[in-house]
Amino acid sequence: MSYWEFLAQNAPRYLDGTLVTIAQFFLSATLAILLALTAGLMKLSRNVAVRWTAGIYIEIFRGTSLLIQLYWIFFVLPLFGLTLDKFYAGFVAVGLNLGAYGAELVRGGIQSVPKGQWEAAYAISMSPAKRMYRIILPQALLNMLPPWGNLMIELLKATALVSLISVTDLMFEAKQINGSTFLSAQAFGTALIIYYIFARLIVTPFMRWLERVMARKLGRA
Amino acid sequence: MFDWRWDFAYEILPRLLQATLNTLAAAGVGYGIAVVLGLVFALAQRTPSRIVTMVVRECVEFIRSTPLVLQIFFVFFVGPQFGIRLSPWVAGMIAIGLHYSAYLSEVYRGGLDSVPKGQWEACTALNLSTTKTYFRVIIPQALPPSLAGMGNYLVGIFKDTPMLSVIGVAELMQAANAIGGSNYRYLEPYTMVGIIFLAISLPAAGLIRVFEAWVRKKLGMN
Repeated sequence: MSYWEFLAQNAPRYLDGTLVTIAQFFLSATLAILLALTAGLMKLSRNVAVRWTAGIYIEIFRGTSLLIQLYWIFFVLPLFGLTLDKFYAGFVAVGLNLGAYGAELVRGGIQSVPKGQWEAAYAISMSPAKRMYRIILPQALLNMLPPWGNLMIELLKATALVSLISVTDLMFEAKQINGSTFLSAQAFGTALIIYYIFARLIVTPFMRWLERVMARKLGRA
Repeated sequence: MFDWRWDFAYEILPRLLQATLNTLAAAGVGYGIAVVLGLVFALAQRTPSRIVTMVVRECVEFIRSTPLVLQIFFVFFVGPQFGIRLSPWVAGMIAIGLHYSAYLSEVYRGGLDSVPKGQWEACTALNLSTTKTYFRVIIPQALPPSLAGMGNYLVGIFKDTPMLSVIGVAELMQAANAIGGSNYRYLEPYTMVGIIFLAISLPAAGLIRVFEAWVRKKLGMN
């Protein structure tokens, strides 16, 4: 069987898997961004309890493996009475994990905004919320966008692990196709190429574009 | 608390600790491969040939932007298709070593780029051979800025070893799966694996910071 025949025969399954991967990617990315912002800001709070809460979340999720967190959420949480469907467990685990990494980026980004900006906002008596939202965060965002680009690639790769709790994503379909055709090089190779195209031709260019837009909006282009 | 059984936890602890040794061995061997292969990747991007640079660069990007777990499956299953049988350990080490070598090559690249141009010119002026230039002048200076990244990936490779369980490498995650499956109890094994990982990776990250500061001081930097 030539590679093209193989591809024609299995294209619908790869497509289904890719769509699930895309859904997992967007859902976990949204969750990760929200968690990163919250935990990153909490880490900078003056209140010790708030700072510690964020610190514990970050250290736990950065200190252990995503696979452990995924299995824990899927197999152990039900024992505590919280049962998540595998699809939800998948993106929640990925989002929680990458959110912890993102929180450190948010903290670093905010700390990299020059002190004069804080003082200036204070001098014109902006409220703390307005100062953060209008002055600090936009500048912090520009500083942290390049590492966020890398993080988004990590997130895309991390979604492949949800196949291990049988979410029918791209990785899962590749395994199924491998099992039914025994053409491992084609089955896994095709999935590798799809992941690569998604990362290199969609995610990375989008993040670069976002960097340019943000730079222009802040007059730094 | 919530049906947590201490007697069961004590019973499975020795088995988990035994598997922890395998996890550490896997991380160590994988990292060893990555350190060497990463340097090859980094240096291959500095040859005069632009085609070689481009091809290596694209390979590194490919490895970096595709999932490790898929690469592990690929290495493990593609061999037999062409008559090469790899044991789970060998396939796992190749996959994880190759994956992290791509990351480390980027770290080295950053380090090499941070060496001032004058150092290269001085080497040319002194008529040093290419090997001597790299090993006696450039790499010693490129190393300290690379150490932070190298340390992070050492912890990173350790945290990625659970993925090796998908092809049956007998590491910590595999042991937890086996214990959970045969006893129908997942709470203790998975929680304990998480704690073991925390107990190793947090101090390791701290130690790496200390080591980095020590090297910088030894070399008279900052």
